[in-house]
Amino acid sequence: MILLKTVNLRKQFGETRACDGLDFVVHKGEFLSLVGSNGAGKTTLVNLISAHLQPDSGQILLEDRDITHMSVADRIKAGIARSFQIVNLFDGLSVFDNVALSIFSREGKTARMAALADHDYDVRQEALEVLDEFGLSGKAEALAGGLAQGERKLLDVAVAYALRPRLIFLDEPTSGVSTHDKAQIMDTVSSVVRGGRVTAVVIEHDMDVVFRYSDRIVMMHEGAFLADGTPDEIRANKDVASILLGAPLAS
Amino acid sequence: MKADLKVPRNRSVLRLAGAAAPILLVLILIPGFVETYQVQLLIYGLIAAIAALGFNLLLGYTGLLSFGHSAYFGIGAYAVAFVVQYLGPHSMEFYILIGIPVVAIVSALFGYICVRHTQIFFGILTLAISQVVYSLALKLYWETGGSDGLRVPRPALLLGLLSFSGPRGFQQFITSYYYYVLAVFVVCVVLMWVIVHSPFGKTLQAIRDNEVRARFLGIRIRRFRWIAFLVSGTFTGLAGILWVPLNGLTTPDVLYWTFSGEIVFTALLGGFRNFTGPIVGGLVFTYLKTYAIATTEYWQLLLGVVLVTLVLVLPTGIVGAISKLGRRLTKGKT
Repeated sequence: MILLKTVNLRKQFGETRACDGLDFVVHKGEFLSLVGSNGAGKTTLVNLISAHLQPDSGQILLEDRDITHMSVADRIKAGIARSFQIVNLFDGLSVFDNVALSIFSREGKTARMAALADHDYDVRQEALEVLDEFGLSGKAEALAGGLAQGERKLLDVAVAYALRPRLIFLDEPTSGVSTHDKAQIMDTVSSVVRGGRVTAVVIEHDMDVVFRYSDRIVMMHEGAFLADGTPDEIRANKDVASILLGAPLAS
Repeated sequence: MKADLKVPRNRSVLRLAGAAAPILLVLILIPGFVETYQVQLLIYGLIAAIAALGFNLLLGYTGLLSFGHSAYFGIGAYAVAFVVQYLGPHSMEFYILIGIPVVAIVSALFGYICVRHTQIFFGILTLAISQVVYSLALKLYWETGGSDGLRVPRPALLLGLLSFSGPRGFQQFITSYYYYVLAVFVVCVVLMWVIVHSPFGKTLQAIRDNEVRARFLGIRIRRFRWIAFLVSGTFTGLAGILWVPLNGLTTPDVLYWTFSGEIVFTALLGGFRNFTGPIVGGLVFTYLKTYAIATTEYWQLLLGVVLVTLVLVLPTGIVGAISKLGRRLTKGKT
């Protein structure tokens, strides 16, 4: 069943066609990886879907509902959340507060002025549960700015996940961390996201990670889709191999 | 270690109450031990602390540096002066009742314009608007008294229960007004403390730390900045309302940009990255300025040197430096 669909989505920066008429489909419940070399258009596609950028033309449909011109806030309400390539946290707030804020926002409680944030038992309970799922409950009181890179990456995903989205975009959740941390982060993220029945689209460069965790892989090249298939199909695709090895395309 | 779900994080409440109780006791007892002049200075200090507390909701918690908070302080003062001029002298409660909505409406209006921008553009807008208000106060002299300003007589307190006349009227007013301002100050501190620890306050801090991420939590940034501006302006305006009966006169000087600079100075002096910084800054600045003026005709130079030293040596302000020292000593012990 299709959860998200883009129709002829275009975005151009000067002469560069970052998204060149993309028809992108995400199915409910899948763990999809978006791969491709730098400048292929992966992040632009995610930015367009999450309303970080506005498309030049085309449509974005979430369960057949046109969300192309919706604001960020409305898309989040519709069920789309994202994390960022460069970790984007509230460094001056505690780890707990970072996650609690997502819950306050989702529950429409952020405008409350006359009650202490720490005294909202429901939010407190849920925030600690989310932190527990991501293995961060021991760091709840620490400042987000003081976490190690791997923990920051996990918290970045946890903040997006706490919005309880239907579709979550994770932009390079393992970039800048050690190989050991990569496996740990992806094990945690994959288990939480699949356990929460959240559809996930992950931008990732590490093909070992991609092949290991994905249900489906979509490869982008110069603003267009080059390949789309299961990990085995992508592994066997010569064009993909050429791109990954930096060789000319076979077709 | 996993946090206990059933116990809310009360540490900050207890810490505040623990630190505030002895200070409050000292503040309550102090008029019995010092001269009227010192009590008067202390009232000015408490009023400056209320103004700085409001200002710091924008600077410390929302990350917006306003160079125009003199406008809200001055509008509070002029609102009281107009009440006196057109409706006659009344009780202080009446001034507050009229003054707060006026300041809130003006803050909402000016804030709506200013929060459309951030950083230097926000600062310049706030400065420009405050200068417009200053010019109006100066030029519309048939209403505002121009550079002579408007006089505000001593009001009655507690709905007319306490009124002050006769030879000892001034001393009685200062003592009574001290407790009055102290009560308002305590209410303001508690209110602001609740605001910055509420989901709203946390949201402001999130916007301050990372606007992009806050937007991707579904937070409508401009709306929150606007409300923060409104609350901030209203607190600073309340300080102006409390200040004018004590000063007896309001002139366009309180609307001038240098007065906005003093409010910024106050927050920097105490430390704008913590809750108590602006309160300490307000009190210390009042004494610093008063004694600098009394000591030398080059008092502005003296304040300038203090400001430069502060920025270079104590960027976290007095409270920030004390906290740092405390942490070092605690670490040293362990």
